Amino acid sequence: MSIRVLRPGLLTTLQDHGRHGLQHVGLCPGGAMDPVALALANALVGNHVAEAALEITVIGPEFAFEEDTLVAVCGAEFKGGFPHNRPVLARAGTRFNVGRAVRGARAYLAVAGGFSVEPLLGSRSTYLPGRFGGFHGRPLKHGDALELRDPGAAARFAKQKKTHDCTVKWSAPPHTLPDREPILVHVLEGQHFASFDSNAQRAFFDTVWKIAPESNRMGFRLAGPPLARSEQNEILSGPTALGTVQVPASGMPIALMADHQTTGGYPRIAEIVSADVPRLAQLAPGGTVHFARCDLGMAAELRHHGKERLAAALRGIAWSYGE
Amino acid sequence: MAKKPIEPKAVVPLGDCAAYIEFADKLDLDVNEFVQRLAAAVHARARPWMRDVVPSLGGVALHYDPDHPDVHGDALEAAAILVQECMKEAAAEGEDAARTVEVPVCYEREFAPDIEEVAKQVKLAVDEVAALHAAGEYRVLMIGFAPGHAYMSGLDPKLAVPRRASPRALVAPGAVAIANEQTVVYPYAISGGWSVIGRTPLTVFDARREAPSLFAAGDRVRFRAIGADEFMALHK
Repeated sequence: MSIRVLRPGLLTTLQDHGRHGLQHVGLCPGGAMDPVALALANALVGNHVAEAALEITVIGPEFAFEEDTLVAVCGAEFKGGFPHNRPVLARAGTRFNVGRAVRGARAYLAVAGGFSVEPLLGSRSTYLPGRFGGFHGRPLKHGDALELRDPGAAARFAKQKKTHDCTVKWSAPPHTLPDREPILVHVLEGQHFASFDSNAQRAFFDTVWKIAPESNRMGFRLAGPPLARSEQNEILSGPTALGTVQVPASGMPIALMADHQTTGGYPRIAEIVSADVPRLAQLAPGGTVHFARCDLGMAAELRHHGKERLAAALRGIAWSYGE
Repeated sequence: MAKKPIEPKAVVPLGDCAAYIEFADKLDLDVNEFVQRLAAAVHARARPWMRDVVPSLGGVALHYDPDHPDVHGDALEAAAILVQECMKEAAAEGEDAARTVEVPVCYEREFAPDIEEVAKQVKLAVDEVAALHAAGEYRVLMIGFAPGHAYMSGLDPKLAVPRRASPRALVAPGAVAIANEQTVVYPYAISGGWSVIGRTPLTVFDARREAPSLFAAGDRVRFRAIGADEFMALHK
C-alpha cells in the first residue's frame, strides 16, 4: 500500500535537510531548497523537522492515495490539491491533483512517519547531478509507488477535531512566500566585489534581477545588465557556499542554491545571508529580486529572527496537537 | 632550505555560515601542500560547531553553525582562531603521510576521443602522449566541480594543452582528461571542457562505498596503462 504517482509534475523529488560533512570530497549538502517550509510540513504531521518530504516544483503532480495517510503541504501555494499549511487526512482512494504554483515555486508534501526510502550517506535527499539518493536518485515519474515507513501514523490524527474535508480549523502561517515582488534579499559583499568596476558595483544593488529560465536546484541565473570587472585577471578556483553569487565571463550572475558545486573559478561578487536563501528559493523563473547590502551583525539578526519565528510556529503546532 | 613562512592573506566570510581563510591567490604547490595539512589538522580538532572543512587550491573553507552554543560569540573569529591554532602543526615538516592511489587507465582510441588531437597539438605520437601521461607522478590539489572530481598537478609540461574551445556535452564516467598542466578523472557522465585521453574502469565516486570518493585532496596518484581487455575485466 502506498502513494501512486499518476502524473509526476515538473520536478518532484524527495528531499530532507541534506548530507553534511562531505564538501571536502566535492559533495554539497543539497536537501530541501526551502528547509523552513520542509520543517513546517513535517511538524504538521508529527515528524522530525528534518524528515524527507516531496519537493514539488512550479507544476504540481497528481497522486492517488491507496491507504489512509496523514499529509501536510507547506511552502508554495498551488492550484488544487489539499488545503495548505495544515494536517489533512487523505482517505484511501483520494486523489491529490495539483496544478501550477500561484505563489512561490516549491511546496513540500510530508507524510506522517515519512517515506520508506533507505538513507544514503546520512540523508534521503535526491542528488540529481550524481543520480543518487532519495527515490532511485531521480525525480518521480508516472507509475512510481512510494511506500510509507509507518502506515499506522495516520492514527495520530484521531483525536483532532476535524472539519468535513478531513482537516482542522487551524493552520500554520507560511514563512518564506513572497508577499510582493521584487523580493528583498540581503547579501554580504563577496571577496571579489572590489574587482568589479563601479558601474557593476552600483548595478548589482540597483537592478531588479529576474530569475532566468535556465535556473535549477544547482543555481539561479539572474537576468539583468551584464556585470563587468575592472580587473581581467583569472581567479584561482576557490570555495563556494550556499548563497554565493558568482559572475562568469558572460557577466550574468549565478546564485548558488542547494545542489551547488563546492568550488568555483568565477569571481564571487556577493554572499546571500542564510536567512534569505529559503525566500529566494521560492522564486520561480520570471520572479524578481533585488539585493541589499548588509553586514554579519545584521545577517545574525535576520537568522535569529527567522529561527525564533519558526520555533514559535513549531510550538504552536505542538500546542494545537495538545502536547 | 629556508622557506618563506606561510601566513593567511585574507579571512573572508562566505555568507554567515562559512569562512574562507586564503593563503595564496595564485597556484603555489608549497602553499597547496600546507593547506592540505592545515585542513587535516582543523578537521582533527572536530569542533562540534564545524560542519565541513574544505581545502581548495590556495586556502581552506570552514563551514559552521554560527549559533552553536560552543561558538561563544563571533563564529568568523572563532574559525580564524581555530585555523591559527592549527597553523604550527601544519607548518611542521613532518613525514609525508600522503597515500598513493594507483589508477588503471586504458589509453586506447575508443576510450580516448581527444588523444589524437592532443598528439597533433603537442607534436608527439599518440603512444608517446599515453606513455608520458602514465609516467607522471601526480598530486591531488583540490576536489571540486563534482563529487570526487580531483584536480591533479604533475602533468608533464610537454602535454600542456589549453582547455577545449567547446566542452564535450557528455564525457564518459572515469574519463581521464588533461588541460594546462593538470589532469582530472571525471566521476560520472558530465559536460567537460578538458581533452579526454583515456578512461579508468574504477568508480571515482560511489555513494554506497564506505569511502565514497576514490581521491582525497593531498593524495599522490599514479596511472597505470591497461589494455581494453583489462578495462572490461575491471569495469563492473
